[in-house]
Amino acid sequence: MQLPPALHARLAGAPGSAEPLPVERNPAAGTAPFRFAPRLVRFPREHDFFEDGDVQRHLYLQDVLTQVGGAPERPRVPEFTCQVAGCCQAFGALDDYEHHYHALHGNVCSFCERAFPSGRLLDAHILEWHDSLFQILAERQDMYQCLVEGCTEKFRTSRDRKEHLVMRHLYPVDFRFDKPRKSRGPAMPGAAEQVLAETLGDDGVPSEGDAMEVCSEHVEPPPEPAGERRAYSHRIPSTICFGQGASRGFKSTKKRNKHQ
Amino acid sequence: MWSRERGRLKPLRCGVEELRCRRREREAALRKARREQQLVSKRLLRDEALEEAEEGCVAVIFGEAEIQQFLRLAQRGTEEKEREGALVSLRRGLQRPETQQTFIRLEGSIRTLVGLLTSNRALLQLEAARCLHELSHSEQSAVVEACLPATSYLLTYLSGHSSDFIELCLYTLGNLIVESEAVRRQLLPQGIVPALAACIQSPHLTVLEALGYALSQLLQAKEAPEKIIPSVLGSTLPQHMLQLLQPGPKLNLGVAVEFAWCLHYIICSQVNNALLITQGALSTLGLLLLDLAGAVQRTEDAGLELLACPVLRGLSNLLTEAAAEAVGRQLQLRDERVVAALFILLQFLLQKQPSLLPEGLWLLNNLTANSPSFCTSLLSLDLIEPLLHLLSVSNVVLTVLCNVAEKGPAYCQRLWPGPLLSSLLDTLAFSDTEVVGQSLELLQLLFLYQPGAAQAFLQQSGLQALQRHEEVAQLQDRVHALQQIALHG
Repeated sequence: MQLPPALHARLAGAPGSAEPLPVERNPAAGTAPFRFAPRLVRFPREHDFFEDGDVQRHLYLQDVLTQVGGAPERPRVPEFTCQVAGCCQAFGALDDYEHHYHALHGNVCSFCERAFPSGRLLDAHILEWHDSLFQILAERQDMYQCLVEGCTEKFRTSRDRKEHLVMRHLYPVDFRFDKPRKSRGPAMPGAAEQVLAETLGDDGVPSEGDAMEVCSEHVEPPPEPAGERRAYSHRIPSTICFGQGASRGFKSTKKRNKHQ
Repeated sequence: MWSRERGRLKPLRCGVEELRCRRREREAALRKARREQQLVSKRLLRDEALEEAEEGCVAVIFGEAEIQQFLRLAQRGTEEKEREGALVSLRRGLQRPETQQTFIRLEGSIRTLVGLLTSNRALLQLEAARCLHELSHSEQSAVVEACLPATSYLLTYLSGHSSDFIELCLYTLGNLIVESEAVRRQLLPQGIVPALAACIQSPHLTVLEALGYALSQLLQAKEAPEKIIPSVLGSTLPQHMLQLLQPGPKLNLGVAVEFAWCLHYIICSQVNNALLITQGALSTLGLLLLDLAGAVQRTEDAGLELLACPVLRGLSNLLTEAAAEAVGRQLQLRDERVVAALFILLQFLLQKQPSLLPEGLWLLNNLTANSPSFCTSLLSLDLIEPLLHLLSVSNVVLTVLCNVAEKGPAYCQRLWPGPLLSSLLDTLAFSDTEVVGQSLELLQLLFLYQPGAAQAFLQQSGLQALQRHEEVAQLQDRVHALQQIALHG
């Protein structure tokens, strides 16, 4: 197909067009037995017309390693250590360091040095754990913000929030970034074991809880499920918490540098 | 300026003929899948350098005991290196479907993996994410759906900052998304749309390409028009997408391809195209078309047709919207460079991907149908002859010519004389009634508006050409009418 030589130059030229030629229709045009009329054509999603292009698209997706190539060479550098105070992790590749830095030193709470996966979760944590004004306001209005990006709901208690996360957002019941601090409750011997188990991380990873959590429960009487608990429910003062927050007191034998 | 983020070709491990054969098989499988509306493709992200180093280790299938050991080591190992090494071994093993099956059936395995994913050990996190990614790529639904407990975390991590990790999470999510409606029914309430809308502001090209992939999978879902596209349109995603499609030095082909496809899926679902038009979609796609035409001239770049396809589709479909009409009055849509660009692309497609030519011609139809301006451009830029060259590809060429001719004598005059008559006599020799029918329509217009056309037709044995079709039901009336006009004026 030969294109006029001036065409490429036209493309590179300025926007604009020649004055359109005058339109002058004869009513006889397109009348029976003829039927032509200019028509805009649209094709919906599943139309067969799109088959060829769709197949090419998917071949590309499947093929992406061969066509577009793989990840570029990861630059390796002489081993160096993380410069953050107290952290002595060593690295041989910048990518690894980038990930380490963001995971552990990125969104870090300056009060308690816990790390969070995102700014949003860090902000919520600071508000709920370290802001005394928050506690005061929380007594009178809904202050616990939903953790899901884009959801603006607020709740009176962190338990209510958790319920919302589970019911509305289908989050797991044990969502790691929403472990409430237990102010009372686990005062029974069985519960103490349960606490230790939590300290070890119910995901089976030792002392993991330290780094990542969000909210605290303040002076919140838990709903009493059965009579046997009541005898113990006020034994432990509310200011002492037995959940993740207190794991530093209940250190496992595998004591580790919490900055690693 | 088009730049290629990843340009490395994987070394061929088998012969070219074998590759071609495999490609034909895959193509056939994809066509079948599309007809059954089961078009599903997953992306597997494997670090090439890593993979080459690990060659030969993938052959092993792990049993329960081995998997358990790896998990235990990863969780409880004392040495950092030991823990990582265990996960790496597990990850390699998970490339095998048998190992995947064993893994998901092992009690607590996913739970442990999720625990490692959310731990504060960065390298363990990464490896755990890679394990999940392998699982997400499986063809077995049970394996893929075993990854569901991890989704809330994958989404949470999209708001982080580690680009490699985010990229991995996105490809994993994309694979999960495409697996089943059940998976999407979980991901939507978990906030995948807002999470993507936040993540799309990342400056990293790799993240953006991954995000485009995940989003395109979401938009391609069967239930997307009702359940997904409205919330996507309600978010800031469309604006960002259009921004990422703006031509210019920062335009990256890989990223643009993904978002152009996203745009196509949204547009052809016809949920709220008027909104897209107000956000500048027509204008952006038009500029992109111009840019593409420039690029095909400059480079031999493989892959431009991957971008051309969704751009052509997006433009064509948007032009049918009422709202487009209002925008059409702007200079943008009367710019004859659009027509020039389209023809340059048609020529490119003729070489590279002839199966896409009908799509290009579809755009030409929608451009010219109601636009005296574009019809004039076709004439003033001397494009009728190149257009005729494509007659054998599609009879939309005839439709476009009719679009021009029906605008009256001033237009027909410019169509005449030239090669048009002999081309029409050729098409009259076809047996395809569609093609012949369109030719007859065009002839009527020419006879009506162009004095001397009928005469010339007669002189070139036009009547004989018509005679062939006198008995054909769909054509009879028109054939007779034309014969009358030709003979008696």
